Amino acid sequence: MPLVNKGQIVSDGFVHLADDAKLPSDGAVLVSATRFLANAESLSARNSPVGVIWPNNRSVDELAPWLDRLAAVALVFPTFRDGRAHSQARLLRERHHYRGELRATGQVLRDQFTFLLRNGFDSFEVKKDSDAHAFAEATQRYTEFYQPTGDGRQTALERRLRQRHSESANS
Amino acid sequence: MYAYDEIDRTLINERVSEFRDQVKRRLSGELSEDEFKMIRLMNGVYLQLHAYMFRVAIPYGTLSSAQLRKLAHVARKYDRGYGHFTTRQNIQFNWIKLADLPDALADLAEVGIHAMQTSGNCTRNITADQWAGVAPGEVEDPRIWAELLRQYSTLHPEFSFLPRKFKFAITASAHDRAAIKVHDIGLRLHRNDKGETGFEVLVGGGLGRTPFIGKTIREFVPGRDLLSYVEAILRVYNQYGRRDNIYKARIKILVHELGIEKFAEEVETEWLQIRDSTLALDAAVVEDIRSRFSYPAYEKLAPMPDELKQAAADPQFEAWRTNSVAPHKVQGYAIVTLSLKPIGGAPGDATAAQMDAVADLADKYSFGEIRVGHEQNLAFPHVAKRDLPALWRALDKIGVATPNVNLVTDIIACPGLDYCSLANARSIPIAQELTRRFANHDTANLIGRLHVNISGCINACGHHHVGNIGILGVEKNGEEVYQITIGGRADENAELGKLIGPAVPYAEVADVVEDIVEAYLALRERPDELFIDAVKRLGVEPFRERVYATR
Repeated sequence: MPLVNKGQIVSDGFVHLADDAKLPSDGAVLVSATRFLANAESLSARNSPVGVIWPNNRSVDELAPWLDRLAAVALVFPTFRDGRAHSQARLLRERHHYRGELRATGQVLRDQFTFLLRNGFDSFEVKKDSDAHAFAEATQRYTEFYQPTGDGRQTALERRLRQRHSESANS
Repeated sequence: MYAYDEIDRTLINERVSEFRDQVKRRLSGELSEDEFKMIRLMNGVYLQLHAYMFRVAIPYGTLSSAQLRKLAHVARKYDRGYGHFTTRQNIQFNWIKLADLPDALADLAEVGIHAMQTSGNCTRNITADQWAGVAPGEVEDPRIWAELLRQYSTLHPEFSFLPRKFKFAITASAHDRAAIKVHDIGLRLHRNDKGETGFEVLVGGGLGRTPFIGKTIREFVPGRDLLSYVEAILRVYNQYGRRDNIYKARIKILVHELGIEKFAEEVETEWLQIRDSTLALDAAVVEDIRSRFSYPAYEKLAPMPDELKQAAADPQFEAWRTNSVAPHKVQGYAIVTLSLKPIGGAPGDATAAQMDAVADLADKYSFGEIRVGHEQNLAFPHVAKRDLPALWRALDKIGVATPNVNLVTDIIACPGLDYCSLANARSIPIAQELTRRFANHDTANLIGRLHVNISGCINACGHHHVGNIGILGVEKNGEEVYQITIGGRADENAELGKLIGPAVPYAEVADVVEDIVEAYLALRERPDELFIDAVKRLGVEPFRERVYATR
């Protein structure tokens, strides 16, 4: 499964660690929420990067104390039709000001790339190779956006106001 | 009319090109049907019994003549020459080919209409009072806010994959023509004690398998906070709405299970976090949208022109005028409803030729503007009263002047088993038979206001729960049988109808409705006691007796 990070297909630096697997002494690992919460102090004090796979039915508020020490949070789309992780992503970015890698996992398809980006994801475990290769094309398709999110894009309403102001300044 | 600007046009064209690519990937097999299904649904494309069905959004029920002509063009070029107006102010085409869809969408985009989110588990077409902007006594034109909501909800990155579909309706009149109490979010624009305008917000209304009347979650949300308040509701719903059972996934179930107080608390907590974010609408932003709505330059006209006085001698004209013409906020003007319920016809259907003719008449008599109401009729919102006789003759010629608006033959019906793959029973032939039974206008007029709503399955697209007489088709041992309810209504006093007794077979439905109507005529206190008021006063029992005494 190809990983797209900041727009590029990259190899995954994180090892997905099973709950009963031994923690390696170094190297980046992704662990389950259960494993992370059971050992949060020691895991987040580790010298190598630690990320957590966070289920979509658990409040991200629980992660708040650890966010500045987490290298990655992976959110889950069991199917693309289950949109809970979209809200979790925005809450992590916009309310908890999480700045690390925010990864979309599960049924991640080209047709949701723009939504995911707008919600703050910057990393994508993409289901299909062809979709991963189409990342740039798919995410440049839209140039206008109606609603504000934390991605900082100017919304249609803001653009209109700006146009109005520049028109009235020029007249 | 709201006029698209360059931003709206760009976005709609980008969506068309994305959908074109999606159809291409489906046809090449790159997208599986399972993956494509939600994508096509989010662009209004259903797979029905015989073909794909294509649903086009008519935001808040407002159309320009150019847009209506384009809908006629789509009907003619890509379909079988007609379209079906729905209870959510959309139009459906029943015979479209998948490969033609991108072109049909591109044609529609030329006039600023689209099919975005007319299905799928996302925010659907924002509907409104079809008399918005022209109804006397209205607080203000609610379509400004409907347009803000349309933009806000279109391709929303967070809320495009909700637990289930999500419907808004908005009104700014005391009399609710938009059925806001049976929507996921109902908005009533009103003025508070301080004279400020804002919204009473209702949540958790809906029909379907488990009908609920919406509950007020907040008495007053200022316009500035509308989007943040809506976002708070949607965020709570997106996270906590049930996803384990499609029949329990609507927000009404969440509101019911949590209770409105607890749900309101959750929303309030979320809202306080985002109330002062970039979602806050400052006055200039609202003003900018308002400025993109154009209104006719009304003339100063006499309240009672000579043309109208003369035409009053013609009883047929008078029958139509008293039935289909409503007061306008501007003196000398009127709102005219065009009945899409001819005797023997399929409710809400219009041919391409009728759509073109209506568009021409709108140019001539209604400043180029047409409205679509949830009762599946059209309306001309700005007709000079002096033009009424000429307009009537023209409407009559094309078959949309049946004087039956709000009468027993003005039936709401879903497409039913004639088209729909979800249906268990036929709806349209029941409606057609009923219109024939009550074809005599004097009889229908004597009966007075009476709404008959028919659904061909429990999903309730024909709003049977809120029909004064509701008819629900179900399947029992391979036969179509119909459950009959009475006392439902969808207005500001919305109520769910009550079952009158065991289901009856297809062939007996019209007889049963006749029995109910006859019982009403015999039991009403005065000729002006409406059917719905008589049922309220008397309860179901006398009607049940009448219907089942001989069955």
